[in-house]
Amino acid sequence: MAAELFPNGISRYAVGGFLVGLGVVVIYIGTGIPAGASTFLESTLSYFSGQSRFRQYVSSRNWRVVFTLGIILGALAFAATVQSGLISTSLYEPGSTGTLYEFAGITLWTTDVQPWRLFVGGIFVGIGTRIGKGCTSGHGVCGVGSASKTSLAGVGTFLLVAIITAQVVAALGVSP
Amino acid sequence: MSDRHPLFIPLILVGGLIFGFGLGFSHMARPEVVLNFLQFDDLGLPFVMFGAAIVSGIAFWAMPRIRDSAPLTGSRYERRLKPFDKNVLIGGAVFGVGWGLSGICPGAAYASLGVGNVTILWALAGMFIGAYIQGYARS
Repeated sequence: MAAELFPNGISRYAVGGFLVGLGVVVIYIGTGIPAGASTFLESTLSYFSGQSRFRQYVSSRNWRVVFTLGIILGALAFAATVQSGLISTSLYEPGSTGTLYEFAGITLWTTDVQPWRLFVGGIFVGIGTRIGKGCTSGHGVCGVGSASKTSLAGVGTFLLVAIITAQVVAALGVSP
Repeated sequence: MSDRHPLFIPLILVGGLIFGFGLGFSHMARPEVVLNFLQFDDLGLPFVMFGAAIVSGIAFWAMPRIRDSAPLTGSRYERRLKPFDKNVLIGGAVFGVGWGLSGICPGAAYASLGVGNVTILWALAGMFIGAYIQGYARS
């Protein structure tokens, strides 16, 4: 039963989630800021656009670029260590999704999900997260962690709609 | 900006590094894994988001009881609750369509780039376009 529901176990998810939470905690303890990932989209647009909507993020745009660079480099550090097999742990289940490739001695990974799904889905994500005032980290981690009713409502809504969307897309025969 | 504590930016970077390493380790940076969860083929993914929420929730609960303000900014530790209105539900639903179609969300997309997923630039381009459309419409 558990093997059917959790074919990759739960340890990689739980350890990853712990680290995601720890990253939020480090920033919160030092700065008092509950950091979410999606405001970076608008705050970065303020470098290029004078739209009043984006101007409100001018004061935070620099640290948000640093936060995003940190996320990219942290994931690269994961690729260079655990994903490349330099560090092995029983807590990590490598799975079989996507395609692994070697570059400069590092084992990297790329998705097999079709580009049109990523692009069109990305547009909806970009619009939705900004209308809904948060994403999986802003609402899902910081908001749920604060027991915010607003964020719980947002998370419940996007989880339900995402499940329906993914099931319908799969039923239509789109894969991957 | 210039009066920021010298450790402010380094601390943000360290937090981002841990956050990104976690997204890579959890495989949430892989759209396939998110889609497998949404299609009920592998139910492990909620351990990422809710696990992270529990860890951060402990700090959100504890810090205001330990001290008044953050050392690097002087900001008070307080719950910054976003006001509820129908946009939270509308935006959540639009986000859900995008997440269910693509299997990727903003933080995971940045991390996905870090694990080598060049193809995710399609999703990042879409997210910037979406955020711009929404910002343009509201300005």
